[in-house]
Amino acid sequence: MIYFEKRLAPSRATTIVTPILAVILTMIAGGIMFAALGKDPFEAIRIIFWDPLFDPNFADYSRPQLLVKAGPLILIAIGLSVGFKAGIWNIGAEGQYIMGAIFGAAAALSVYPTESALIFPAMIVAGAFGGWLWAMIPAVLRTKFKTNEILVSLMLVYVAESILASVSQGLLKNPDGYGFPGSRNLQQYPSAFNEEVFTNSGMHWGVITAFIAVIFTYIMMTRHIRGFEVRLMGEAPKAAQFAGVSTTRLIVFCLGFSGALAGLAGMFEVSGPAGQITIDFNSGYGFTAIIVAFLGRLHPIGILLAGLLMALTYIGGELAQLMLGLPGASIQLFQGMLLLFLLATDIFTNYRLRFQGAS
Amino acid sequence: MSDTLLEIEGLTKAYPGVVANNAVSFKINRGEVHALLGENGAGKSTLVKMIYGLVKPDSGTMTLNSGIFEPDSPNAARAAGVAMVFQHFSLFDALTVAENIALGMDNAPKPRDLAKRIREVSQAYGLPLEPNRIVGTLSAGERQRVEIIRCLLQNPKLLIMDEPTSVLTPQEVEILFTTLRQLKAEGTAILYISHKLEEIRALCDTATILRHGEKVDTCIPAETTARDMAEMMVGASFANPVKADRVIGATLLSVKSLNSSSKEPFGTSLRDISFEVKAGEILGIGGVAGNGQDELLAALSGEMRTAPATVQFRGKNIGDLGPTKRRKLGLLSAPEERLGHAAAPAMSLKENSVITAARRMGLLASGFVNWRATNDFTKNVVSEFDVRTPGTDTPAGSLSGGNLQKFVVGREVLQRPEVLVINQPTWGVDAAAAASIRQKLLDLADKGAGVIVISQDLDELLEISDFFAALNEGRLSTTYPTAELELDQIGLMMGGSHGAGQEAHS
Repeated sequence: MIYFEKRLAPSRATTIVTPILAVILTMIAGGIMFAALGKDPFEAIRIIFWDPLFDPNFADYSRPQLLVKAGPLILIAIGLSVGFKAGIWNIGAEGQYIMGAIFGAAAALSVYPTESALIFPAMIVAGAFGGWLWAMIPAVLRTKFKTNEILVSLMLVYVAESILASVSQGLLKNPDGYGFPGSRNLQQYPSAFNEEVFTNSGMHWGVITAFIAVIFTYIMMTRHIRGFEVRLMGEAPKAAQFAGVSTTRLIVFCLGFSGALAGLAGMFEVSGPAGQITIDFNSGYGFTAIIVAFLGRLHPIGILLAGLLMALTYIGGELAQLMLGLPGASIQLFQGMLLLFLLATDIFTNYRLRFQGAS
Repeated sequence: MSDTLLEIEGLTKAYPGVVANNAVSFKINRGEVHALLGENGAGKSTLVKMIYGLVKPDSGTMTLNSGIFEPDSPNAARAAGVAMVFQHFSLFDALTVAENIALGMDNAPKPRDLAKRIREVSQAYGLPLEPNRIVGTLSAGERQRVEIIRCLLQNPKLLIMDEPTSVLTPQEVEILFTTLRQLKAEGTAILYISHKLEEIRALCDTATILRHGEKVDTCIPAETTARDMAEMMVGASFANPVKADRVIGATLLSVKSLNSSSKEPFGTSLRDISFEVKAGEILGIGGVAGNGQDELLAALSGEMRTAPATVQFRGKNIGDLGPTKRRKLGLLSAPEERLGHAAAPAMSLKENSVITAARRMGLLASGFVNWRATNDFTKNVVSEFDVRTPGTDTPAGSLSGGNLQKFVVGREVLQRPEVLVINQPTWGVDAAAAASIRQKLLDLADKGAGVIVISQDLDELLEISDFFAALNEGRLSTTYPTAELELDQIGLMMGGSHGAGQEAHS
């Protein structure tokens, strides 16, 4: 008989080993799936995980893309992880991301074509504010009326998408754009352009902000009383109350923090890689970041690695579609497997496997 | 036919990581009241669960009436004549007494016959109970009668009672003992589980003492002192708390007409509570569980806010202040529930120190936790309060109940509170640890702090408190000096007769 036995204390080593195990299991199961699709599984895995970084034909293009894609994922996931630690579930980062982009772009476009060194900092503030404001709606509704922040934040994503569609055809539409929907391209507005800091590295200001957020959050969670309160609220809400932690303030902080970071991610995206506000500007970073947060075990360093891994499967997946003609859905399935195995192996943190003859 | 009713031979039951019972053997005779004595975790519950068919032993045999007894379910155990009254009742509030009893019977008679039999049995054993009353309106003592009568209707040969007096007032305990003695006279054997030594001395013929899952001794309680039994239970000798003469100082905390409605769905509302605590005084607040103890602690700790003037600390209104501000002033508290309320189980002891000591002990520097200072403070708690732990990084949840309680009490006491409010300071704690915790509370009062001990353990309150009051349905009785109180007067106070003595009418 095989059974699970509860560990006396959660194992720290398995916390590190299980994500690696999950990646290996995903490769095996994914390989079987690719073989069933009639492709060489080893080649497919190599194209997804190896070629984007090291193949001379693709690496020049793919390597910068890794940071371009990982940056927003990490930035959003870091913000979400703080709330998740406290048991406050912001599922609407996608909406906050959109609002950050709109606010950031609007700040620049409102003074177009003035050039000033103050414009980009102002956009950063506006982007963070837009995301924060959008997250304050579920925060206020939760603290004042006890609504469920999961539902409210999620529904607000669709509101934000409608606002995005509206402003790209109206308020922020490019007057010189021959009637096409979409704003002016910020890449052509020097004061507002979120340029690469190092040429051809993919490292734009958003990526740097993401790294800063990782370090900041790591210090906050391990050393600062606010991080302690967040963890305490997640571990034992009644103990947090006994400690004197204000639930209201913590909810506002967690939702506000994650909203502001998601807003920043949106602003850096619209002023850099995307360039303009369009109807289909958002591409699901806000939702994928939820997976990244859990893949990284809600730990800042883990999230950094998980964000890079997730970006790699995106880029490698696109490459595999191109090179092997794999259907797009199989790549999504592959990413889904990753999350599934991750959650499945999570049980080993608290339980150990035992083998015993039937008794 | 021999006198032996139940004989247990080498009963063993192991769970992963712990041997709950190791080769336990003893005998119970007909008409014998047999005590099963031991600390929490000594294996009493597992043992009776095996007798009642809830748990299957790994090895060992049981013989009932000279026949092999291997119950595979409580039904089988009941059919063989074994009945059990649990510590936690399994009754439906919305149903009547008779309906509840019928539900627990294997072949219930017709409702009218059942009501008649309930009346007969309740009269025969001096346990007045009206079959048509709704259980939700009964007191804890009356609910227990429902459970007992349910057992008695089956004419058991062996009645198992698990901590039956923990929910009773002293008067109710006397009624229960009369019933049990009558059963004994009729030849029913009783297996009586408790850690209240004086009760066992008064009631039981023989006592089997368990420690760490093993039978360590047998004694005749009437011929053994409570202290000797306690030492057999613990396996070591320990000191009784010593009370010093104290200087009583100024009033530190006063509560005036405190009213509150409970936040919890089945909580008790506090009604018009008033009392005072002076420096160097220990106020004991007794009462049966669920009469507002948790709510009173929350109102004093600051977890529940009330009108500003209802709680005053050194004359300052603090009813509307939260826990952090009250701690800063010097009003500290320790709630009953250790895991999840007083401490976070998954967090280390070090981190648990931060919960209440962060600001008062200066463990924060501009918002950052000084982990080295926190570690020093935690080490201090561990050594001064003899907390048995591998280190300060150990998760609180992996400590035993007694050790964690010592940590929780130590964490507050070492912060030099001016007033400490503590709910159930020694609940589920072994006798030696309980004695040391009580001594620390006495020492704290000696140094001039005011201490409020909320407890359901009357012996504890009589031992350490200078003044006594009782909570009943959210109301607090008048406060009396403990030394002037008689046990029956305390019973009346716990039963809700406010201003006991003068206007007793409960």
